[in-house]
Amino acid sequence: MYRYDEIDTTLVAERVAQFRDQTRRFLEGQLPEDEFRPLRLRNGLYIQRHAPMLRIAIPYGLLATRQLRMLATLARKYDRGYGHFTTRQNLQFNWPKLEDVPDMLADLASVEMHAIQTSGNCIRNVTADHFAGAAADEIEDPRVWCEIIRQWSTLHPEFSFLPRKFKIAVTGSPNDRAAVRVHDVGLRLWRNPGGEVGFEVIVGGGLGRTPMIGKTVRDFLPKDELLAYLEAILRVYNRYGRRDNLYKARIKILVHEIGVEKMREEVEAEYAATRDGALRLDPETIDAIARQFEPPPLPHRSATVAEVERLKLEDRDFALWLKSNTAQHRLAGYRIVTASLKPAGAPPGDAGSVQMEGMADIADAYSQSEIRVSHEQNLVLPHVAIEDLPAVYRALQRLGFAEANVGKITDIIACPGLDYCALANARSIPVAQRISNHFANLARQHDIGDLKIKISGCINACGHHHVGHIGILGVDKNGVELYQITLGGDVDFGQTALGDIIGPAVEADRVVEAVDALVATYLESRADGERFVDTYRRIGVQPFKERVYGNPE
Amino acid sequence: MAILSEIPGEVPVQPEGMLVLPNTIDVLKLGAQLEGVKLIVLEFPKFTDGRAYSQARLLRERLGYRGELRASGAVFIDQIPFMLRCGFDSFASTQKGFEEALVRARKRLSVVYQPVGDGRATAAELRLQRIHTQAAA
Repeated sequence: MYRYDEIDTTLVAERVAQFRDQTRRFLEGQLPEDEFRPLRLRNGLYIQRHAPMLRIAIPYGLLATRQLRMLATLARKYDRGYGHFTTRQNLQFNWPKLEDVPDMLADLASVEMHAIQTSGNCIRNVTADHFAGAAADEIEDPRVWCEIIRQWSTLHPEFSFLPRKFKIAVTGSPNDRAAVRVHDVGLRLWRNPGGEVGFEVIVGGGLGRTPMIGKTVRDFLPKDELLAYLEAILRVYNRYGRRDNLYKARIKILVHEIGVEKMREEVEAEYAATRDGALRLDPETIDAIARQFEPPPLPHRSATVAEVERLKLEDRDFALWLKSNTAQHRLAGYRIVTASLKPAGAPPGDAGSVQMEGMADIADAYSQSEIRVSHEQNLVLPHVAIEDLPAVYRALQRLGFAEANVGKITDIIACPGLDYCALANARSIPVAQRISNHFANLARQHDIGDLKIKISGCINACGHHHVGHIGILGVDKNGVELYQITLGGDVDFGQTALGDIIGPAVEADRVVEAVDALVATYLESRADGERFVDTYRRIGVQPFKERVYGNPE
Repeated sequence: MAILSEIPGEVPVQPEGMLVLPNTIDVLKLGAQLEGVKLIVLEFPKFTDGRAYSQARLLRERLGYRGELRASGAVFIDQIPFMLRCGFDSFASTQKGFEEALVRARKRLSVVYQPVGDGRATAAELRLQRIHTQAAA
């Protein structure tokens, strides 16, 4: 993985010193709150319901075990012994003290980590496919480009005060696992008919209160022109994005208002004026970064292991786990293992210090000391030999992370919601916990099959409810928390779709009942091999609606 | 709607040799109005409104403007590093301690990643130099 050189180290250290000075000036009353606010935000520091919240960048979701151990230490030293992995592959601490934050950042810097641009109206931490570098279907490793983007976007002098936040995601596989069509900019590596690999550039996707699917502005961009093209997009956005209304300030609104053709014309004109300039990436620069993402030397391991075959027959839970929580690796003797941070009834995405250290131990022993954070709020062990799977399964069981539910109905994405967040209208976590408890039976979950439930506690959609097969949105109606249900959203494998609202919002204690009715409708109507969302697409909303709200006839 | 490149480039009549530009103007359309100009003032109506950073870079890097470029309005200590890199060389700030901070800012954040018009060597350039030095040794 990418290791800092003295240049990166210097930059992060200087940023820590700068933030320490800003915090001191604020605490001493020299810096007014309204000036400190944008400064602390661009360093990931929010003031939330109970306390400040610090969001730490995990660039493209990649963590070395020494970094995960440091996060565990920080949780213990400055927080309440746990952290929350987010849908943007970051980690949030919900209980730090403002005066401790500079020290936390210094501790992070010691393991090549930071909180730079995890919030604020700037280019945010770039996200990627969590299976990058291990997936069997990968064309090229997206992390190389993520790291190039990370450096370019860090403290960019022109784009640090944008109309609104700006999120970039990169995928290197035809089966998009990075949700590139719902980002401000999505980049998809693909091989053109000439055999050359380049980027499809997608602009103006996003969720939030105005969900939109991104539009392609460029079918094929040569890789070495990536930064010149991104700079052109950002410049058009910085100059012309709306600043009169916070809710209309994202690039998706600009693209929507002027149309994708006009947007393309503006971006291409700006790009034409800068291409072949200083931003063109030198092949040696690309190579030097690519070398750091070269796969670890994985020895040949057997693809068929007697003990695994025996356990598949004798241990039903192991067999289910193998099916849902492991994925095909590019080498036949290995699997990609997903540790589920969604055991029955637990808050999605939370991990305690002991669990983080336990994960680090497992990764040190069995996965090349490497861990990924997925946007589905799980942790991934990218390189596990098949013969080590029984040991890894047992170790994950001890941590409570072996629930065989990845991609299933209890693998719920939920934002922190009203329990933590100052913006939320309704609670998310308790709703997720209730659904999770109701559907805890693993055999039943596997019978129901792939079903993604995503829950947001407000219209800002941090829980990505628009793209849930079942989406649940918390709203506040005269002081009562109600939940609006959408169906048919999707974000995987290039099938991006936004869900449809099925009817009036329901009360909190009716959510489980409603989900149960939706699942029952699916089970009765499904054809062979159909997932929940496939059946929904085939039969439409009506049967689901009638089951939830009753037949008006 | 009149956005993007449809925005007119005309600016109000100005004192000789000086241009005060609102941040909504398309500087690429200034054309002949730039001739003989020795001072351009760009506006920051709010700390968080970053449009003038793009105007500054376009003036310096695209149009080759070499005169004085002044940041005016909500100009505070913490923006200095960004403004310097975008080509500003003069600052109308009333903030206490601004001048001292300007001196300090020229030293702080000594490392940069982006190639912009200020001519500073980027991280990528320094790394390439190192690779070549090692190869030569």
